[in-house]
Amino acid sequence: MTRRVEIVNLTKYFGDNLVLDRVDLGVDIHEVVCLIGASGSGKSTLLRCINRLVEYDDGRIMLDGVDIQDESLPQNELRKRIGIVFQAYNLFPHMTVLDNITLAPRKVHGLDRTETEARARELLELFEMGSYADSYPDRLSGGQQQRVAIVRAMATSPDVLLLDEVTAALDPELIGGVLSVIRDLKTAGMTMIIVTHEMAFARDVADRVCFLDSGRILEEAPPNKLFSDPENPRTRQFLQRIIEAGRL
Amino acid sequence: MTDERPTPAPAGRRRVSARERWIPVLASVVSTGVVFGLVAWWVASSDYWPTVQEQFFSREAIRESFPNVLRGFWLNIWVWIVAEIAILILSLVLAVMRSLTGPIAAPFRIAAIVYIDLLRGVPALLLILLFGFGIPALQLPGLPRGAIFWGSVAMIAGYSAYTAEVYRSGMEAVHDSQRAAARALGLSQWQTLRHAILPQAVRNVLPALLNGAVSLQKDVALLSVIGVREAVREAQIYTARTFNYSSLIGAALLFLVASIPLARFTDWYARRDQERRLQRTL
Repeated sequence: MTRRVEIVNLTKYFGDNLVLDRVDLGVDIHEVVCLIGASGSGKSTLLRCINRLVEYDDGRIMLDGVDIQDESLPQNELRKRIGIVFQAYNLFPHMTVLDNITLAPRKVHGLDRTETEARARELLELFEMGSYADSYPDRLSGGQQQRVAIVRAMATSPDVLLLDEVTAALDPELIGGVLSVIRDLKTAGMTMIIVTHEMAFARDVADRVCFLDSGRILEEAPPNKLFSDPENPRTRQFLQRIIEAGRL
Repeated sequence: MTDERPTPAPAGRRRVSARERWIPVLASVVSTGVVFGLVAWWVASSDYWPTVQEQFFSREAIRESFPNVLRGFWLNIWVWIVAEIAILILSLVLAVMRSLTGPIAAPFRIAAIVYIDLLRGVPALLLILLFGFGIPALQLPGLPRGAIFWGSVAMIAGYSAYTAEVYRSGMEAVHDSQRAAARALGLSQWQTLRHAILPQAVRNVLPALLNGAVSLQKDVALLSVIGVREAVREAQIYTARTFNYSSLIGAALLFLVASIPLARFTDWYARRDQERRLQRTL
């Protein structure tokens, strides 16, 4: 069976700096994979390679068995099928929440405005954001903006959702609301690749956790195994530091 | 255990007594009055003042020249509006061309860069002389010959090179993450520009665009050198006949009446914009 996302031998340099070193990773449909590791370990770069926000130097990434650099899958087609949520939300400040969400369905997928707006309002309602449809992003808290960003990424019904440290910029009391939205998406069967520093969350939501260090996946295991009984000494060291910081 | 004490009323604003409030105002009125009064007295008591007054501030002359100057001024306004619209459009096109990426867009990018470099580096007066006298002299069939037309073209050509750079700075001020978000949603390069970058860029540079408009409004007077009978030209014609320069002062007043409100509006808008940005970062 072809996997939803199959990454083979992925290598990426920034200048002379090797940020991804022959990474292999497969993600099945409905699977949730968390990428953990120290800052600079290449997690975010890996994520951005998948929707070609970052071009890689070597290796292959396949989406449902099709190479994402294949001519038959132009960038825009690829990105239509992959949603991404950023650490800093990246909402469009000059558009209302509703316009932020409906922009891609209307302009990229060619859907009708009334139809997409109805669906956007539904999604917002689902995430308890219904009353903010006509607000501008700068009137919302960070947690609310991030929920809007998730709705925006979901509005085009992507095949895979990429989450790039989506709670890292949030105040502690706002993190819970965003994480519960992601749990709901898992329940709904969304395929997700999640870069996170929230270990408790990764443990809770992931089917598989990958520990990255210096551009390599050093260890890959179900969360219970990886967090309780890590095999690689580097993983142990990383988790030890997290525990000392009181984050696990 | 609950605290039964009534919560204290919030502290009020500090009260400012009438004395504290009015003394600074009074002081500034008095000192301004004294300084300006002294300057006026000193100027008016000069032996040359009557001559100066007659030469520059003769009500008679201003009144006599005013109908022609005013008629000329309407031409200034008209050229200004048409040119400003053309500049805003042309410069946006140039800025977009310059921002295009990819090898196929190279000729557009290069054309925009060359255009901007050339026309921004040449004095406006030179462009006006070149277009206004040069092109009609070619006597090419099918081309208009009017000085107003070619003078306006020269203004548009020069100003749009500047304004393109204004737009470009606004586009560069939009954070890269906005482009990433738009591209990640599957928007094409053009859609990203149109829906995500340009609306924010224009908002960023609106004060600078307004400043450009104020500047253009005055520079339209340069068209007088190719014989366009706008306000300054009309005032000059009067001066040449009577050797009295008051008509130029009359023209100056008209320019001030038009430009000061626009400049004030620009200031007000820029300040409001600044406040909005500050609020956003808080």
